[in-house]
Amino acid sequence: MLTIGMGALLILLGYFLGLYFFDRAIAGLVIAILVWAVLSLIAYFQGDSILLSMSRAKKIGRDDHPRLYNVVEEMKIASGLEKMPDIYIIDDPALNAFATGRDPNRASVAITSGLLQKLNRDELQGVIGHEISHIKNRDVLLMAMCSVLLGTIVLLAWYGSRFLIFGGAGSRRSSSSGGGGGAQIIILVVALVLMILAPIMAQLIYFAISRKREYLADASSALYTRYPEGLASALEKLGASTGQLKSANKATAPMYIINPFRKKGMKASDLSSTHPPISERIRILRAMAGASFNDYDQAYRQVHRGEGVIPAASIATETVPLATVKLEGEAGEPSEIQRARETSDVMWRLSNYTTITCDCGAKLRVPPKFKEPRIKCPHCGKTHQV
Amino acid sequence: MVAVYVIIGVVVVLLITFWILYNGLVRLRNQVKNAWAQIDVQLKRRHDLIPNLVETVKGYMKHERETLEAVTKARNIAQQLTSAGAGERAKAEGELSSALARLLAVVERYPDLKANQNFLALQEELTSTENKISFSRQFYNDSVLRLNNKTQMFPSNVVASMTGFKAGEFFEVTVAAEREPVKVSFTE
Repeated sequence: MLTIGMGALLILLGYFLGLYFFDRAIAGLVIAILVWAVLSLIAYFQGDSILLSMSRAKKIGRDDHPRLYNVVEEMKIASGLEKMPDIYIIDDPALNAFATGRDPNRASVAITSGLLQKLNRDELQGVIGHEISHIKNRDVLLMAMCSVLLGTIVLLAWYGSRFLIFGGAGSRRSSSSGGGGGAQIIILVVALVLMILAPIMAQLIYFAISRKREYLADASSALYTRYPEGLASALEKLGASTGQLKSANKATAPMYIINPFRKKGMKASDLSSTHPPISERIRILRAMAGASFNDYDQAYRQVHRGEGVIPAASIATETVPLATVKLEGEAGEPSEIQRARETSDVMWRLSNYTTITCDCGAKLRVPPKFKEPRIKCPHCGKTHQV
Repeated sequence: MVAVYVIIGVVVVLLITFWILYNGLVRLRNQVKNAWAQIDVQLKRRHDLIPNLVETVKGYMKHERETLEAVTKARNIAQQLTSAGAGERAKAEGELSSALARLLAVVERYPDLKANQNFLALQEELTSTENKISFSRQFYNDSVLRLNNKTQMFPSNVVASMTGFKAGEFFEVTVAAEREPVKVSFTE
């Protein structure tokens, strides 16, 4: 519904811009749709690689980080995805994660190294479950198309307004017959109003769609893991940190699990945000009596006292119990320090550094440019073969 | 003439409905089959991991002979039953799960073992396989439930009975122990 609204906005804008600048509505429409089509094609075929390279993400395999790989595979199985998504790590202390890929068979999940250190297994599972459900629900494609629509509207409005100011409207209009003057002014006013309002409205609609999909992904994550507490406690950790992700920008923001630009104490019911407030997401997750969509919807109603957020068609009546046992729990769970070491090892290795562990306990990180055959430990003076 | 057109129209609508419902059923049945295969893969993976685990742990756990034997025994029984029906198999695998859980709980008493890299890697694999088993079972049961609903509810039940679709069998955990939290005492 909201997506259609955005499309209608684009068409309206194109219509009136065309009417004003070319005296023909169709010309404006054609330009609007052409710009949209070109941008969509780029987003469709290049979107994921642009996003991944922009965020400087590094691809990892099973041996690089077995736990992360396993957790992604677990969620892949739980969601019934057919193909294992690619896994990327972003070397950034900020806490965030995102999913990308135009269809479920060509998808990737990315996570920052900071988040990887902070979360224990259950929490990681919740976060990955959230990302996998973005893939499974095809949110990535939906959000990409919506952001292209938004981009086109902003672009057209921007150029339209420049032409209006600097294009010398007076001289162009002097040739037209005096009789159409009244209609001209009306068209000018409508075009002006649209140029100012369309981008703002499109933005608001876009944010509304994005927030809806976030709720749905939270609900799906709870359904896959059968353990909403995992995601809730992960979100708590995410919410407590204020580091902003360096490599994110406005266009890529809705792909992340939490808004990468949020500021501390951002107001609760915020219309101009891509993500629902974290505290509210946590409250909903913790209010769930079971793990089904129905339970999430009930919890959402409890927190919001309004209509639910899950599309009625996806709500099944059967009850899904919460997982009572987490076999992993504390046993075999690496501590935060161990996780930090593990993650930094991976990051060094991905940058082609060689790691030599000296007998004295020091770790030597040898850069790929180091050409000498031997290296001396700066701590105890022992020589090592490179 | 009009009556003929009406009849043709009704037949076409019925055929299309039949077609859509039938395809939906086939898709679900395949999903159930795939999900079952996935459970199979994970169970086999667990059977393969256990000898390794027992071998690694043996040297450290001199006093846990019984726990180790229970795991090995449960694993062998489960492996023999791989071709048995879902119900019987689920029981054997459930026994294995609880034997393993006991073993992993006991590990807490051996700090040396917890520092062993080989063991840590194995433990991660085992934990994950354990999760994958329960997630694939979860997905399998969800798929079976959906298939069963379709074979029993109107209108797809008509198509299902005409084309011989049967309700699937759930993979239930029959061992009560797996449903209860593992108790680990740190006071010795």
